[in-house]
Amino acid sequence: MTDLPGVAAPGRFGPYGGRYVPETLMAALEELERVYDEAKGDPRFWAELDGLLKDYVGRPTPLTETPRLGAEVGPGVVVVLKREDLNHTGAHKINNTLGQVLLARRMGKPRIIAETGAGQHGVATATVCARFGLECVVYMGEEDMRRQRLNVYRMELMGARVVPVTSGTRTLKDATNEALRDWVTNVTTTHYIIGSVVGPDPFPRIVRDYQSVIGREARAQTLERYRRLPRTVAACVGGGSNAMGIFTAFLDDGDVELVGVEAAGEGLGTRRHAASLARGKPGVFHGSLSYLLQDADGQVQPAHSVSAGLDYPGVGPEHAYLKDTGRVLYEAVTDRQALDAFADLSRLEGILPALESAHAIAWVIGHRGHWGAGDIVLINLSGRGDKDVAMVAELTGAKL
Amino acid sequence: MSEHPIAARWRSLREEAGRGKPRAALIPYLTAGYPTPELSREALQLVAAAGADFVEVGVPFSDPLADGPTIQRSIQAALEQGMTVPRVLELIARARLPVPVVVMTYLNPVLAYGLERFLEDAHGAGASGLLLTDLPAGADPQLEARVAASPLALIRLIAPTTTAERLTRAVRSATGFLYLISRLGVTGKRDEVPQDLPSHVARVRAASDLPLAVGFGISTPTQAQAAAQLADGVVVGSALVETLGSGGLAAVEQLVRALAAAVRALRAPAA
Repeated sequence: MTDLPGVAAPGRFGPYGGRYVPETLMAALEELERVYDEAKGDPRFWAELDGLLKDYVGRPTPLTETPRLGAEVGPGVVVVLKREDLNHTGAHKINNTLGQVLLARRMGKPRIIAETGAGQHGVATATVCARFGLECVVYMGEEDMRRQRLNVYRMELMGARVVPVTSGTRTLKDATNEALRDWVTNVTTTHYIIGSVVGPDPFPRIVRDYQSVIGREARAQTLERYRRLPRTVAACVGGGSNAMGIFTAFLDDGDVELVGVEAAGEGLGTRRHAASLARGKPGVFHGSLSYLLQDADGQVQPAHSVSAGLDYPGVGPEHAYLKDTGRVLYEAVTDRQALDAFADLSRLEGILPALESAHAIAWVIGHRGHWGAGDIVLINLSGRGDKDVAMVAELTGAKL
Repeated sequence: MSEHPIAARWRSLREEAGRGKPRAALIPYLTAGYPTPELSREALQLVAAAGADFVEVGVPFSDPLADGPTIQRSIQAALEQGMTVPRVLELIARARLPVPVVVMTYLNPVLAYGLERFLEDAHGAGASGLLLTDLPAGADPQLEARVAASPLALIRLIAPTTTAERLTRAVRSATGFLYLISRLGVTGKRDEVPQDLPSHVARVRAASDLPLAVGFGISTPTQAQAAAQLADGVVVGSALVETLGSGGLAAVEQLVRALAAAVRALRAPAA
């Protein structure tokens, strides 16, 4: 594209990122940036957040070696999982929602809104709102509500109102549009807890910073246990928050290969996938410039993935930058490969991965032979698969 | 250099006021290609003939996050009929409207078409102004400078939440007129004009001499009349789009005539 906008500036990752939003939201983004910067330098903020992460969420999460999976990948290869699935609420999402709810409290905003795809971010938001007694409204595509009924009920149990989104593709993209429309309307009383490293600045850096605890822990745990760094770190990428969470600590370790795995859906050669980095072009969507699945006229194309959490046509702007610089390798695996990996990890290790995380596992299994004896492959197991069991059963024809 | 068409239109409105007929400008919004490309062209011509001073033409974008349900649906219908940038420009050119045209859209369709090419072709098609909902002042200085260097006026949106600092920045880069969003929220019909509108109008007036239009949530002649007491122009969008969808061209013409009468009524003589 010859008309790529953007300049290197605060809130930018190279040309990507920025604040492309209606004027009505600009004051709120400026306020959020100010409060986030203040909190960043305030030891009391971190003490409170760290305390909650420890005693409410259950951090640090374990690093689990998976010998039977490792044997599948290659002789002597050490495959380890960062167990974000063992967080309270079952995924990495709560690292971010806790940090942001503390920011909302600092801003004196009593009402929280969120978008959700698979429902994990919605659940994590409903959870912290219950914990802090805040009103919570979660926007969720009608199609995703059908795919993730259990999570809808979990959110309602915790006092959140789940609003079905019936516009457009009825998935995460449209839930995000609807959340932004709510925010434009109620911005003076409401904080929008975005669930991934997407959206207008400062959200991509806020979410990355609150998720980067994953990589800090995993790096220290790997060094402590193995006295060396992993050769490869793999994570799935939808919007990209769990991937930024684990990659950030390793960005300066030049020998560590970082791999982000997108959803190839029914195949990159079809139109039914969610691989924004592999098949998209830079564009402005949901407030920032990044890679985007779009047609020649700049209309956003619907994404597809068997996993609702990856079913998003955009991707975080920092990933766009890391792709262009070559620091991170972005790959994609299909629905079928992810479903196979879901079954493999369950059978080999007794761990049911979220279908999102199963994409990262599938990539590693698919690259057997890539590693030698003693190499450590670190996979971010971003969430647990309980929420997906009913859908996997339906897809594989099992009777429940 | 000849006078910009938008500035010329405001000058003629001021001259009318000088002759003792002060009034606000009526600025209808219509989504290009809705309900069909052919009816859309007729509707644009009809609103221009029935009393519009400027016309805002919306270029459909798949994810219109500043728009409420009425305009969202019209955009969806237009997109299903293939109404993208090249065809919208063709529509504007064919309509040959006798009043200045402001193109209103989101950034991505413009970037995909190519910014320079868009600025050139939109001007060639007869457009005079550009309003980009998701390009607030300062968001992308290079891109904003390229619009500013083009023949299209860069219409700036001002919101009730716009800080004093942002207001200064926005008016500095604005041309043509300023567009004050009357309330928080997306486009769509509301029951009344907000009570704090006069104070927001006063704030913008103090910051800039540019003409000031008010929009978002203004749907009835009564509301248009109230807004016309305060501002130089009144934008009506969702109500017209809805009327076009349900009542067709005749109903739109009737509403535009009533709105045009409303912005002329009860206006105090200019100071």
